Amino acid sequence: MPRRNPDFPMSPEHTFETIPVEMLLERVRGFHQQGWRLVQICATRLPEQLELTYSFDRDNRLGNLRLVIPANALQVSSISSIFSCAFLYENELHDLFNLHVSGLTVDFEGHFYKTAIKFPFGTTKPPAGRPGAPAASVAPQGISAKT
Amino acid sequence: MPRTIIPFGPQHPVLPEPVHLDLQLEDERVVEARPSVGFVHRGLEKLVEKKDFIDFVYVAERICGICSFIHGQTYCQGIEALMSAPVPPRALYLRTIWGELSRLHSHLLWLGLMADAVGFESLFMHSWRVREKVLNIIETTTGGRVIFGACKVGGVRRDISDEALAKILNDLEIIERDIRDITAVFLGNRSIKARLCGVGVLSREAAYDLGCVGPTLRASGIAQDMRQLGYAAFKDLEVRPVTRTDGDSFARCAVRCEELFQSIDLIRQAASRMPAGEIAAKATGNPNGECVMRTEQPRGEVVYQLKANGTRNLQRLRIRTPTFANLPAVIKLLQGCELADVPVLVLTIDPCISCMER
Repeated sequence: MPRRNPDFPMSPEHTFETIPVEMLLERVRGFHQQGWRLVQICATRLPEQLELTYSFDRDNRLGNLRLVIPANALQVSSISSIFSCAFLYENELHDLFNLHVSGLTVDFEGHFYKTAIKFPFGTTKPPAGRPGAPAASVAPQGISAKT
Repeated sequence: MPRTIIPFGPQHPVLPEPVHLDLQLEDERVVEARPSVGFVHRGLEKLVEKKDFIDFVYVAERICGICSFIHGQTYCQGIEALMSAPVPPRALYLRTIWGELSRLHSHLLWLGLMADAVGFESLFMHSWRVREKVLNIIETTTGGRVIFGACKVGGVRRDISDEALAKILNDLEIIERDIRDITAVFLGNRSIKARLCGVGVLSREAAYDLGCVGPTLRASGIAQDMRQLGYAAFKDLEVRPVTRTDGDSFARCAVRCEELFQSIDLIRQAASRMPAGEIAAKATGNPNGECVMRTEQPRGEVVYQLKANGTRNLQRLRIRTPTFANLPAVIKLLQGCELADVPVLVLTIDPCISCMER
C-alpha cells in the first residue's frame, strides 16, 4: 500500500487546500507520485469566479485542492496527462461551465454532453465598463436567474 | 490494415440505457473505443438551486432506479453533516439494512443481465426470480420496490418491527440458499468460465490509475470499500472488502457473487445489534458550509459534494457516480479485445447510465 504523505497532513476525514492556478500541475503531479487516486473534479459557479475542487483519495483519506479562477481568465491546464481519467471531468467542466481546459488528452470539443441548453450552469461574465466593477453571473437561456 | 468504425449503442440489446461507443476495428479486433454520453443528461445537479434542500431528498433518490436508496442516504448524510444534525442510532441501522438490501437486488439484477449477455437464459430468469424475493422485502418494509422514500434528513420515515425483522431474517435464509445455487453456476459452469476467464484483464496498477471504484477495483486486488469509512452503522459492523486478484471479467463476477453473501451477513449483524429508540430527529435551521460525503453503492464509491450558504437552497451539489469513475476502465478494457467480447466487457463494470446522466 502507498505510504502516508507527511507533507500533506490530513484530518481523518478530509481537508481543503487553496492553491494558485499556476501551481495546479505541480501539486497534482505530487499527488500522483505519492499514490493518490483522482476521485473527482467539481466546479462551483460564484458571482465573480469559478471555484474548482480537485479531490484525491489515499487509504480512504480525502485531500482536496481548491482553485479560484477569476471571471476574466476562465482557463485551466488539463491534468489528464498526469491522471488519464481526468479527461472525463474536464470535458464535463467545459460543457457545463464553459471553462476552457488546455492540453486535454481526449477532447470532445463541446460534444461530451448533449444538453438542450449550452453551458447549463451558466457563465461568469467578466467585469465590464469601469475597472473594478462587480462581475455578473449570467444564467443560461431558458433558466431564470432567480432561485 | 484498414480500420473500420462500428457504432455500438446508444440502443443495443445489452444496454438498457443509452450510451454510445465508436469502436475502431482492425479486422475483428478493437484498437480504440471512444465513448459518447449525455443522451439523457437531466441536469439534476442544477435543480438543487431551485428545490428546497429537504425536498431534494426525493430528487436524489430518483437519480437511479437501482441504488436509489443509497443516493438519498448519501444526500441526507451530507445535509446532516452540514447542519450537525444528530441521527438516532436506530435510524442508522435501518439505513444500513435498506442499503444492503439495495446492494443485494442490484447485484442479482447484474447477474441476470450477465447471464443474458452470455446466452444463459434460464440463469437470467433464476437470478431475477431471487431478486424478486429481495424486492418483496423492500416493498413490505418501505412500501416501494424501486424508490423507497424511506430516508429523510435526520433519520428515516419508517421503522421495522421486531416481528418484521424476524421474518426478514427467515426470508434471507431462503434467499441465501437460492443465491448459493445460482452463484455455484456462475462460478463453476464451464461455458461461463470460458466466456469470462482471462477476458478484459485490468491490472491492479491500471485499475488504480484509471480511478476505478467498487467491484471493478476490488476485482483487480485493491481492497477499497467506502463502508470502511464507518458511515451509518458500518462503524459497528465487520466489513472486509471482497477482493480478487485476477482482474478479469470472471473476477469482477466473482466479487459480486461473494458480496451477495457479505450483504446478507451485514443485514444479520445489523439486525442482531439493532438498538431501540427513535427513528428520526428533527433537523432545524438551514445547512451552511461545505462537505464531501462518500458512500459505497453497489457499483462503487459515490461522491456527493455539497455547498450551502444558510438558505433553503444549496449553492452547489455535485454528484460523482461510480459509473462515471469506471468509464475510463471500459475504454482501456476494450482496447485490443475481440468485437464479440465488447458487450460482456461493457457489462462487467455494471454500467448505470441513469446515474451518470444525473
